[in-house]
Amino acid sequence: MADLVSMPKLGFDMAEGILVRWVKKEGEAVDKGELLAEIETDKATLELESPHSGVVRQFLVDEGAVVAVNKAIAVVGDKDETIDIEALIGAEAMEEEAEAAPTEAISSEPASAQSAVAASQPPSSGPAAEANGKLPEGVRATPLARRIAEDKGIDLRAISGSGPKGRVVKKDVEGHAAGGGTAGPVLAGLPSLQMPELGTAPADKRVPLTKLRSAIARRMTQSRQDVPHFYVTHEYAMERVLDVRKQVNALLQSSAEKLSVNDFVIKAAALALRQFPNLNAALDGDAVIQFGRVNIGVAVAVDNGLLVVVCKDADRKPLRQISSEVRAMADRARSGSMHPDDIQGSTFSISNMGMFDVAHFVAIINPPEAAILALGSAREVPVVRNGQVVPGQRMQATISIDHRVSDGAEGAQYLQALGQYLENPAALLL
Amino acid sequence: MTLKKKEHLELYRQMVLIRRIEQRAAELYQEGLIGGFLHLYIGQEAVSTGIVSLRKPVDRVITAYRDHGVAINCGISAKEVMAELLGKATGISKGRGGSMHMADVSKNYWGGHAIVGAHLPLAAGMALGDQYNGNDGVTICMFGDGATNIGFFHEAVNLSKVWDLPVLWICENNQYGMGTTVKRASAVEQMRQKAEGYNIPNARCEDGMDILKVREAVEPALEHVRSGKGPFFLEIMTYRFEGHSMGDPERYREKDEVQTWEKTDPIGVYNRYLVKQEIATKANLDKVETDAEAEVVEAIEFAIESPEPALDTLHDYTYVEAA
Amino acid sequence: MPAITMRQAISDALWEEMERDEKVFIMGEEVGVWGGTYAVTKGFYDHFGEKRVRDAPIAEAVIVGAGIGAALVGLRPISELMTINFAFVAMDHIVNEAPKLHAMFGGQMKVPLVIRAVSGGGRQLGATHSQTPDAIFAHFPGLTVIAPGTPADAKGLLKSAIRSDNPVLFIENALLYQARGEVPEGEHLVPIGESKVQREGSDVTLVSYSSMLQTSLKAAEQLEKEGISVEVVDLRCLRPLDMGPVVESFKKTNRAVIAEEGWGSYGVGSEVATRLYEEAFDYVDAPIKRVNQQEVPLPYNRALEHSALPQLADVVAAVKEVL
Repeated sequence: MADLVSMPKLGFDMAEGILVRWVKKEGEAVDKGELLAEIETDKATLELESPHSGVVRQFLVDEGAVVAVNKAIAVVGDKDETIDIEALIGAEAMEEEAEAAPTEAISSEPASAQSAVAASQPPSSGPAAEANGKLPEGVRATPLARRIAEDKGIDLRAISGSGPKGRVVKKDVEGHAAGGGTAGPVLAGLPSLQMPELGTAPADKRVPLTKLRSAIARRMTQSRQDVPHFYVTHEYAMERVLDVRKQVNALLQSSAEKLSVNDFVIKAAALALRQFPNLNAALDGDAVIQFGRVNIGVAVAVDNGLLVVVCKDADRKPLRQISSEVRAMADRARSGSMHPDDIQGSTFSISNMGMFDVAHFVAIINPPEAAILALGSAREVPVVRNGQVVPGQRMQATISIDHRVSDGAEGAQYLQALGQYLENPAALLL
Repeated sequence: MTLKKKEHLELYRQMVLIRRIEQRAAELYQEGLIGGFLHLYIGQEAVSTGIVSLRKPVDRVITAYRDHGVAINCGISAKEVMAELLGKATGISKGRGGSMHMADVSKNYWGGHAIVGAHLPLAAGMALGDQYNGNDGVTICMFGDGATNIGFFHEAVNLSKVWDLPVLWICENNQYGMGTTVKRASAVEQMRQKAEGYNIPNARCEDGMDILKVREAVEPALEHVRSGKGPFFLEIMTYRFEGHSMGDPERYREKDEVQTWEKTDPIGVYNRYLVKQEIATKANLDKVETDAEAEVVEAIEFAIESPEPALDTLHDYTYVEAA
Repeated sequence: MPAITMRQAISDALWEEMERDEKVFIMGEEVGVWGGTYAVTKGFYDHFGEKRVRDAPIAEAVIVGAGIGAALVGLRPISELMTINFAFVAMDHIVNEAPKLHAMFGGQMKVPLVIRAVSGGGRQLGATHSQTPDAIFAHFPGLTVIAPGTPADAKGLLKSAIRSDNPVLFIENALLYQARGEVPEGEHLVPIGESKVQREGSDVTLVSYSSMLQTSLKAAEQLEKEGISVEVVDLRCLRPLDMGPVVESFKKTNRAVIAEEGWGSYGVGSEVATRLYEEAFDYVDAPIKRVNQQEVPLPYNRALEHSALPQLADVVAAVKEVL
């Protein structure tokens, strides 16, 4: 019966060998144990003794060939026997194929699936994800804080961290939760339900207008009647402003200073106005006066009215100065001890109702200015990012513009320019 | 001690069985059925067969990694040896030891040990155990010439003399530590000279290819230790016909050196002696050989058909579980 | 309960076990006539005699190796290494023989050996005699590594180690020999492989063992005065490592510091921190900190040595850092 001679394993780490030389010739007789060939491994040249006795019927590999361990290299059989060499080798080859086939099938599938995924992904998603920073959701927080926040449905970005580098830790999240982040406001002194005698309703009361109220009434009526308003609304991602503000305020912790979101908007609006001088303007008969200075009027709620304090040259002042000036003027306005200069020379106004949890509103232009910007609250809202709904911080701003001076397109472009600053707040610090 | 015919045939049987096991193991290794290292005992059969034939059941045997032959001499079956070589659950070490780690504690055979010389301190400790308990046993510790150059050897041999431990040190000098000749590795030519340095009585058997000469040398050595005179050191000259392990290119020795030694093949020597002395007939010995061949074939079948160790037993034997 | 020194507690454990079991014996350098270089076995030689209190040559490989051999044949040897720094010359027997034999021969062999070794720095003994390489030994499955930090644990764990059927490396810290603590009177056994809360607290989990346990307890006391509540968990055994009480404590405090005397790289602290991150990631409220020896060969100079070793102030600072 014919036998295959295979490449022997001649060392614990041998995977293949080189058939250096056939010592026997095809057709020559060979005894079991007789030298058949020389084999070279990566360590040594070794002699291959024939494992079978008979006649070398056929060599299956040439001298110099690299052959895997256990692969057939020769056939030894009886001198005259008919050998179906094809069948002998074929059986071996088929076994190998059977082993190889599933591997191939497996490896081809993920490859195509992978390319399909790659093709379907929008090209912009890569860089965008990268720009989101290396911290998960852009927030430095401990694993425990993350887990608690997730359990309670709290957005970590709304929490300022007390750990090293502003890291949000357990107590920050728990403090936030206890402080009404999601538990809802607690109504103080809620009366128990009773069925009281309603009695007589209070009588109507006539309250005379204050001077301030009269002035507001007059100016706003005039504006609303004379100035053709149009409105453009834009929504801004505020995460970064909030983050920078948190960092800056952490640095300012020792001083009494504290930057507000409004301060950032003042600075951003002023800088954006430099690109859009037509909105930092007033209609004067048959011309538009584009003001050289950018003086931002800031509406301040006072008792029974509204005052606009003016931050002069806001485009050229550092944030901290804007912040401290506006705060000082607002304090004076509320206490009724304003300086006359505090409320003069405004070229563009901002009205911010962010502190009242307002989605958005429209403001009436403060004449003779050409525009006013009305800010809603920065609110946590669902945002779609990369096809996923995730929590985000968004603020809506609506600009009211005098149509005699400008048009919708310019208004929209201005709001975009403003977005450049609000979404890259580092620029406001330069 | 003169042997009866039956005893001669038993020794001859063991030597032939070892030879057949080793030859078939080499084939199985080449076919990829045996992994790791494989060190063959071919050529040295007379040494372990001679030594172990003289031990009493109380005598402990411990050796190095060329251990299949000693395993057979100590009474481990060809099946258990083959199954261990194939890494099967039925192997003598449950497939966890392999070629270099075969032991059967129930037969007082304490195993093959794979770190050169590291089992010598263990042997000293086992002898200490017998001394401590007042047992009659001798610990027979076999090692190669290469092991006499490592520190463990000196620490253990010294301690054995300091504490007069009942240990018989047997150096199987096959003249090569892997591929390095004794001359190139050892400061002294005879390994027994190292025992001199520790004031240990010693001897050298010049012909380890003749089992009867091996027995002649071992008998008084064993008696010396058993009589409570402390350790003895016996060097036995021998030769391995195969490489150090499978895949040895054997560049360090000439073909005719091997052929010269093969003329003194311990099985051939014993065979001629038995026939010439008319202790056994050629037919007797042929039958022994045929039986050995059949036993090995059966052992291989057993090993191949044996189950692999179950994967969920992986962590077994890492620690002794508290009773 | 009387307060006794760690030295006395260890000595008592050895004495009681030797009285209890004839098979227990001690061998090592200067354990007998000298009475132990740390005076742990003072009086043993006179009481138990030279058979059971054996002065060995300065040859650590055979002190451990013969211990293994004697353990294999049924004795319960205690091989004493004068310091753990000498374990390196017996490394093969500690890590490559003792923990392997049970597994390698399929459960046939047992090695009920205790290796006692003194670890730690702070005594101006220079780089080669001052190491705390405990973690190296804890790397090897099959070996049990114990390193107690209180006299009570030292006594109870050493007695359990002597009764264990597995090879145990029992690490004592030289600077702790004088440490005093209450030890229960009468038979006192502590189970192997159980970590223990040595002081309860709520703000930070402070994990340590051996010498740094004492430092950690002092740190906890000091921090308490500052209103910081520290829970001190003592590992007691490095292998098998019981993370249960550590994880439980960490889930409560969410912060951890691990203090050990040895180097930090690839150390006990690395292991514990990794397991905390793996097993309790969702409870992490601050990065886990390690307190270790500076990564230098320990210098002789007193001030340099002091600055290289972890001190009380380092532990206190680390705790504050994770708050």
